[in-house]
Amino acid sequence: MTVNQVQDEIINEFSLLDGDMEMTVFYIMELGQRLSEMSETDKTEANLVKGCQSKVWLVAEVTDGNVLFKADSNTAITKGLVSLLIRIFNNQTPETILGSDLYFMHRIGMERFIGTQRSNGFASMIKQMKLYALAFKTQLAKA
Amino acid sequence: MDTILADIEKIRAQFPVLQQHVNGKPLIYFDNAATNQKPKQVIDALINYYQGYNANIHRGIHTLAEKATKAFETTRHSMQRFINAKHAEEIIFTRGVTESINLVASSYGRAFLNEGDEVIISGLEHHSNIVPWQIICEEKKAKLKIIPVTEIGEIDLNGYQKLLSTKTKIVATNHASNSLGTINPVKEIIRLAHEVGAVVLIDGAQAAAHLEIDVLSLDCDFYCISSHKMYGPTGAGILYGKKEWLEKMPPYMGGGEMIKDVTFAKTTYNDLPYKFEAGTPNIADVIALNEAINFIQSISKEVIAEHEQSLLNYATKKLSEIPSVKFIGTSKEKVAVLSFVIEGIHPFDVGQMLDARGIAVRTGHHCTQPLMERFGIEGTVRASFSIYNTTHEIDELAEAVKRIVNFMKP
Repeated sequence: MTVNQVQDEIINEFSLLDGDMEMTVFYIMELGQRLSEMSETDKTEANLVKGCQSKVWLVAEVTDGNVLFKADSNTAITKGLVSLLIRIFNNQTPETILGSDLYFMHRIGMERFIGTQRSNGFASMIKQMKLYALAFKTQLAKA
Repeated sequence: MDTILADIEKIRAQFPVLQQHVNGKPLIYFDNAATNQKPKQVIDALINYYQGYNANIHRGIHTLAEKATKAFETTRHSMQRFINAKHAEEIIFTRGVTESINLVASSYGRAFLNEGDEVIISGLEHHSNIVPWQIICEEKKAKLKIIPVTEIGEIDLNGYQKLLSTKTKIVATNHASNSLGTINPVKEIIRLAHEVGAVVLIDGAQAAAHLEIDVLSLDCDFYCISSHKMYGPTGAGILYGKKEWLEKMPPYMGGGEMIKDVTFAKTTYNDLPYKFEAGTPNIADVIALNEAINFIQSISKEVIAEHEQSLLNYATKKLSEIPSVKFIGTSKEKVAVLSFVIEGIHPFDVGQMLDARGIAVRTGHHCTQPLMERFGIEGTVRASFSIYNTTHEIDELAEAVKRIVNFMKP
């Protein structure tokens, strides 16, 4: 699926929650619970995303030209939020990630359920993922 | 019970902010230890000042200035009676407890602390009663000593006594802990400090709206209050100081209002309380603070304390029935603060899930990181109650916490 197809899928899922805040929060946490596990050895200080109020660990690798992210967080809601990004960016090429335009946050009304601090944290996660993509792009170009 | 409920409904009706829905649910405001809500009479006082007699105080000779000055000074006298201070000039207006503590640490510390002296604070303190002392101790090469905290979240009085010596110059503790609610035995703490010749500052942020405060009976040297934690506006507060100390202390800030005469060669300072009130003060908020005092007195602290204690007991009972809820801070003497953790669920998640049901609580370290470290936790969920809260709201909280536990641990 393309980045935008996944985004549209997410928008569709959230629209079924009908704006109910409690159901939305529970759903986000449920998505987090489904995220594939990250190895404990990856949960290092160096892998922490800077600028997040909660702890968010993020690692990435590139296989056959596609990026694979793994993440975890000490809070369930943040884990759910990062899982949305992973769903969008996983198995995409570095170029696609770098050139992507994320619009799903606005469409699902994310600003309603993540405050200013979490919004900044969420922006940091996206930035960190794009930095990984940039590094892989450079690496692949050299190879 | 019905009459109490009817009274509480009448009191609630005086708080415009409580008449709203959050996330589709009636707002349940349990973040009172951070700041409590304002009754209409306080909000009206702010509006009336700006619409009716906004003027700079003390130096104007026109009618508005006179009216504003009178209203401003009325609050000083009300506050004097509110805490039973001997003199009105012992009430210094500040921006709140943080500024009050900084004023004492900086001014008293600068004048009276020397190398090798010791300052004692407790392990229960808010960062605002830690950092100012760290700053002055570093500057003066004095030592900061910490009173240990027991397993139930009380000050260890034996540990305190062991720290006291002739080197002790200042002791600073809170009257009630913002994180755990523990009411500290401040009278005893003050008495013991005075025995070794130390002065005592009490951070009364969490006490002002809940406990009787009598600075004469306590015999404290300094007492600090924030207006916004006692139904008043933000940005105002007081420092009470014994006159004998305030007179000996050097000014904290220089500027207008705090001077008698200024020449380029030398400035002489104004008398108390103005010596410590440089610049145009927070006139509107101080004036409105008087209405907050009136509001508290119209109900009486006794009735407030009784209602809040019954809410605390009820909430403690209801939440203790939920498996995996653990209380942090279980002293018998507490203001209406209930701090808890849920095993395996981060406080942020709990806070956000409660917010989704319109319930406002505080989550995190509550500006008491050393205390959280003492209990080996990152933070807690803190529900704190006020006169306008009801047992029905606590039922809603308990129900919401149950849903969270069931969701996370099916």
